[in-house]
Amino acid sequence: MKQVSWSGIVLAIILFALAAIVPLVANGYHLSVAVTAIMYVALATSWALFSGPTHYISLASGAFFGVGGYLVATGMSDYDQSFWLMAAIAPVVAAILATLIGLATLRLSGVYFVIFTLGLAEMVRNLVSWIQNNFLGSRGLYVLTDFTEAHIYWMLLAVCVVIYIFGWWLSHSRLGFALRIIGNDEAVAKHVGINTALSKVVLFMTTGFFAALVGAIIAPRYSYIEPNQVFSPELSFLVVIMALIGGTNRLWGPLVGVIPFTIIWEIISSNFSNFSTLFLGLAFLLIVYVIPNGFVGLLEKWGRRLRA
Amino acid sequence: MKRRTFNKAIAKGIATAGLAAFLSTTSWAADTIKIGAVWPKTGPLAGGATVTQGPNIEMWVKQVNARGGLKLKDGQKMIELIEYDDKTNPGEHIKAVQRLATQDKVDFIIAPYGTGFNIAAAPIYAKYGYPQIAVSAISDKIEELTARYPNLFFTLGTTTAFVEGVRDILVDMRDAGTIGNKVAMINVADAFGIELADAARPIFAKAGLEIVYDKSYPLGTPDLSPVMKGAKASNPDAFVAWSYPPDTFGLTEQAVIENLDVKAFYTAVATCFPAYGGKFGSKVNNNLGAGGVNPDTPEMKAYFKAHKELTGKDADFWASANTYVSLQILEQAIEGVGASDKAAVSQYIKDNTFKTIMGDIKFENQFSNRFWTVGQWQDGVFRGVKSVNVDGAASVRAKSGWN
Repeated sequence: MKQVSWSGIVLAIILFALAAIVPLVANGYHLSVAVTAIMYVALATSWALFSGPTHYISLASGAFFGVGGYLVATGMSDYDQSFWLMAAIAPVVAAILATLIGLATLRLSGVYFVIFTLGLAEMVRNLVSWIQNNFLGSRGLYVLTDFTEAHIYWMLLAVCVVIYIFGWWLSHSRLGFALRIIGNDEAVAKHVGINTALSKVVLFMTTGFFAALVGAIIAPRYSYIEPNQVFSPELSFLVVIMALIGGTNRLWGPLVGVIPFTIIWEIISSNFSNFSTLFLGLAFLLIVYVIPNGFVGLLEKWGRRLRA
Repeated sequence: MKRRTFNKAIAKGIATAGLAAFLSTTSWAADTIKIGAVWPKTGPLAGGATVTQGPNIEMWVKQVNARGGLKLKDGQKMIELIEYDDKTNPGEHIKAVQRLATQDKVDFIIAPYGTGFNIAAAPIYAKYGYPQIAVSAISDKIEELTARYPNLFFTLGTTTAFVEGVRDILVDMRDAGTIGNKVAMINVADAFGIELADAARPIFAKAGLEIVYDKSYPLGTPDLSPVMKGAKASNPDAFVAWSYPPDTFGLTEQAVIENLDVKAFYTAVATCFPAYGGKFGSKVNNNLGAGGVNPDTPEMKAYFKAHKELTGKDADFWASANTYVSLQILEQAIEGVGASDKAAVSQYIKDNTFKTIMGDIKFENQFSNRFWTVGQWQDGVFRGVKSVNVDGAASVRAKSGWN
């Protein structure tokens, strides 16, 4: 495990500075696309922290994202709480939820885990709707704030920075090492004395935390929250596809997937909006057949060839 | 950074999409007025929007262009319509509106479909100064929203008004001795359904109506048999469902199966769709639902006829007309100002009365307090039976069986 290089830090700071000035130079449309892109950078990167090393493909992003958005909306709309308070509570609730779910399900492996997480968003949506309908009541979930897209962008950028710092720490920690061993062979990991359940739950909790935080920050952008929109299964799929296109073996992998994907998605939706689902399918095939390790894996392979 | 990764992506064989995108944006017509529209052509709201929103936009553009375009001070201009699909996703919707405003630089935008989408898009309309004449948006926060967004107009009513309309119908029928006091009420456990049920409980109670059955069902559930069985077992005099399009059909089907014998049967959204009458025929005679029209005025008759001719589809018996009215208002305001001046058009909408197929419309505090709340299927036509400030309500009838 090599130490972080100074050039790497400088590059990261320059990229961050460039990202931070986007709202000052971009027009409304480009900023809107940038908000969407940075939302997916945060979601896909935090997703890859768990699913990258462990190879547990989680389709639960939509569930946690929805919890974030929904809690902010209920708190602000029905209980007159401030956005900041709700944005602080939401990820904690999601983390607790993720812990419970993690403890119950991370013993599942392979396709069983995938199917369970797919159903999770639906289950959570129905659960919160049921609770709201029977116990809380509602007069419409409005999230009216004075935030502009630039504010939301900067908040999401800050979340991304935290995720990257956490991810860097993780990859240099015993926990990160343990996760990689689990990903390679869970039986071996158990035999060498790693508490596999705890390691997996901790990381699953982290992805839940960040997904809910992103959902909470996005809520003011939507202004009016409907459960069937924030608990969207499509979101979970997009996060997985973008992360895999980029590659999950490097911390910056998902970023390399999100940006081209968002731009192409945008071109397709504005010009051939009937074909966006087709594009999603093609992206899946591309990952499976051509770039199983993502763009990052491809770049590294070319890099090795050049050197050889 | 973006540029570079993008180029790499293209190099990996997706160049065709980018190239075609470039080519398709280079064609444009001179001397037109650009009107944008973003609405759900796919996703959960597409079913409603393809009945209510899409065809009216198509019809209005065809009509205006057939008469040579919008009359402005510097001559008549044909409408160039730019439409995007928001996929029933608020994030996509916001991006599409931004694209209309800053890339396509459209002169005006037709307001979104759905309460959530109107509110989500309102900050962008406000930022660029586009007038936003919302139709398919029902809220109890109209005052707060219009104070916040000075170009946002509401035309279809408030949540409370909708519940009060149903209450009035039930109270009238009770006072006439047609029904008793017992109401079975169910709602879809989703945003608008929860809101309506929440508003209805105190309003019904205050009117002396007893809610003998109060249950919800999850959005999108195909199995509505248990709630209908439960409602029937409560032996109600009236049945009220705050429902969405798919369950409006599903609940009606179950009521037929269970032979729910009530004199007042109400389902909310989509009861007014021609497809509802088409599917159930005489079985749903005297069924109550949200919305309504007065189909007998010459203006409305002409509207239904033109709608069928120009789009090949039947207009619904509620918000279709309101949607068309919102376009008439936009048209008259643009021609009244005589220029593509967004601020002046917004002000014109606030200051003037508009002659529409639903009569004269005037906004007070950006709200047109003139709308239908309850309609009833009467011999194949869904007529308005309760309204706020609209004339021509038919008298309500008692339902007798599902034949």
